[in-house]
Amino acid sequence: MGEYKVDAEKLKKLGDFIEGLEYAEGELINILREAQEMFGYLPMDVQLFIARKLGIPAAKVYGVATFYSYFTMTPRGKHVISVCLGTACFVKGADRIVEEFRKQLNIKEGTISEDGMYTLDSIRCVGACGLAPVVIVDGKVHGRVKPEDVAAIIRGINEDESGEQMLVKQNVQ
Amino acid sequence: MGSYRMDVLVCGGTGCQASNSIDVIETMSKEIKAAGLEKEINLVTTGCFGFCEQGPIVKIQPDNVFYVKVTPESAAVIVKEHFVKGRVVKELLYEEPKTRKKLEEQSDMPFYKKQERIALRNCGLIDPENINEYIAVDGYQALGKALSEMTPEQVIDEVKRSGLRGRGGGGFPTGTKWELTRMSKADRRFIICNADEGDPGAFMDRSILEGDPHSVLEAMAIAGYAIGADSGYIYIRAEYPLAINRLKIAVKQAYDMGLLGKNILGTDFSFDIHLKYGAGAFVCGEETALINSIEGGRGEPTVKPPFPAEVGLWKMPTNINNVETFANVCPILLRGADWFASIGTEKSKGTKVFALAGKVNNVGLVEVPMGTTLREIIFDLGGGIKNNRKFKAVQTGGPSGGCITEENLNIPIDYDSLTEIGSMMGSGGMIVMDEDDCMVNIAKFYLEFTVDEACGRCTACRVGNKRLHEILTKITEGKGTEEDLERLKDLSQIIKDSSLCGLGQTAPNPVLSTMKYFWHEYLAHVNDKYCPAGVCKALLKYHIIPEKCKGCTLCTKVCPKGIISGKLKEAHVINKEECIACGACEQVCKFGAITRM
Repeated sequence: MGEYKVDAEKLKKLGDFIEGLEYAEGELINILREAQEMFGYLPMDVQLFIARKLGIPAAKVYGVATFYSYFTMTPRGKHVISVCLGTACFVKGADRIVEEFRKQLNIKEGTISEDGMYTLDSIRCVGACGLAPVVIVDGKVHGRVKPEDVAAIIRGINEDESGEQMLVKQNVQ
Repeated sequence: MGSYRMDVLVCGGTGCQASNSIDVIETMSKEIKAAGLEKEINLVTTGCFGFCEQGPIVKIQPDNVFYVKVTPESAAVIVKEHFVKGRVVKELLYEEPKTRKKLEEQSDMPFYKKQERIALRNCGLIDPENINEYIAVDGYQALGKALSEMTPEQVIDEVKRSGLRGRGGGGFPTGTKWELTRMSKADRRFIICNADEGDPGAFMDRSILEGDPHSVLEAMAIAGYAIGADSGYIYIRAEYPLAINRLKIAVKQAYDMGLLGKNILGTDFSFDIHLKYGAGAFVCGEETALINSIEGGRGEPTVKPPFPAEVGLWKMPTNINNVETFANVCPILLRGADWFASIGTEKSKGTKVFALAGKVNNVGLVEVPMGTTLREIIFDLGGGIKNNRKFKAVQTGGPSGGCITEENLNIPIDYDSLTEIGSMMGSGGMIVMDEDDCMVNIAKFYLEFTVDEACGRCTACRVGNKRLHEILTKITEGKGTEEDLERLKDLSQIIKDSSLCGLGQTAPNPVLSTMKYFWHEYLAHVNDKYCPAGVCKALLKYHIIPEKCKGCTLCTKVCPKGIISGKLKEAHVINKEECIACGACEQVCKFGAITRM
């Protein structure tokens, strides 16, 4: 598997996963989900690997990977901040929240910050409209967010981050 | 549910979990143990009560007390006061905003008074992760009845006579759909449950799956028996992790009890259910796109006919219903088609769940008989508009629907009446808007959504909607002309006429309906370069009302451009030419002296 410029061990695991499936071709979306879970995103080489493994054109794999918003072909930040832009959140000012994150983190939507720490994303409705506008940080839902809360949310991520580093340090010691 | 003295139902739906209901449950469990009451009190994590605005919600049975906005701290108080001393904690009761009276019982609250719960019958009542609780409320009886007392034709006939129509959007008669699938000759047939609830602002399917997953599994098995299918798929959005988890648990429990799988209830009927996850594509709510997605491909729609009832999943006849439709099936079999048909209007029977969101006081899920008026839903159940603002419009049917204004609020709503006034039922999302919402901007928002979600297959939708979005952007930036408005109209009609699937055919609806009812706002944007709602930034001008300004100088300090001038204790002035309309001055002014115009 030397021809692929990605982690060979992960690739092997992915290969095993594919081989374990009954009707592998119909499971393409599932396979891509699994691959993204392993690699964090879907590098070209991983897509090529899947195509060869299934014996289907790489264009088909690429076609599916680019069709669904769940899949990404660029690495994501360590922390993913998703602002809901569903209608309920939108009429309650979610665009102002996105704007505020953009300003404070100095990144555009859908991109990763320079230090690789954050990805700013928008999503369409998580169904928690009662708490609009909603921001999801690494899976945790923050409800009724106001633009002035954005700084505190970012601070929260950073504090967790330094707490984690402290723990790692303690463990090393 | 056992020999407990008291059942304590705590909402564990997505909304309440986001407001910390998990911690409420943990604290309660600890406090109940500390008080030595664990043998007397049954703590149950339920699905959504619907009243998301007031969450987390805790309901005590048999006392019939309904606590709102419970925090972990107040959960401890409930244990000490209510459970130990038998005293209701008044501070945690819901307060009726008009009378300011504290209400103990759910049924007294205006939010619940006019509701009739069929699809949501068990949400907030049972533990969705425990099949025995579902069975205790007549669960799997309808399946038993169908398999032992009815032929497949009789099941279809019952559903047909009930008048049930698809709750996912189109409103196609469910029984007829089942019949068509059954009549298609084939070796195999499939059932699909469409749980790809993509309409932003609608969350009833999520709540049903989180609060009562077995009701959907049971109905799928019944449908399987009726049309002659041996397996079913639930296509669910990946954005609903809690619903996925509860479904997985429910499927396993149903298999363990022999209610799914081989020879169900000792009959020769076998039925399997598989879960398939969506990967984020709105268009997959369309039947043929959904089928392509289950087969592992791009979720692009195909031309109908052939309909899925003839050629569907793996080219076999396939019956697709959405979650809410399935949730209505078991009560129909148990209580009879006549009972169901006695509720609702002439052509729309039963109830409909609406997700009330936006600028309304009581955001949440309501289930009301068809024929209830929008006014009742928004002002009685919904408690009116937030912050005493004025109602402007309500958008139903999501990105495919349209907006409805004051003049049509008294129309009894059903599938047909909504279509008549230029909107549609859709999945039942209702976004309430007030005078602060700019309708041009709202139309632009929906178009942005459709452009984002268009699959790219047909030109009309792929290119046409993009052009619509560009024109709308131009208008909100103050660069639009009256010819642009004509272009919007023409292009909208072309897209409607020539798109391949429902997504494209309905995408211009938000533009057309806002133009119909708010033409003056469009005109103001293009002719006067003015946004009446004060939303479109490029058209905003801030202005200080001299009579109200006390000359406190606060605004001069926050203005990033330093263009507000005036002496202490004298009225200030904004230099409009250089104003960037950031709104900082308006936010700090304590006297309401700064307005947008």
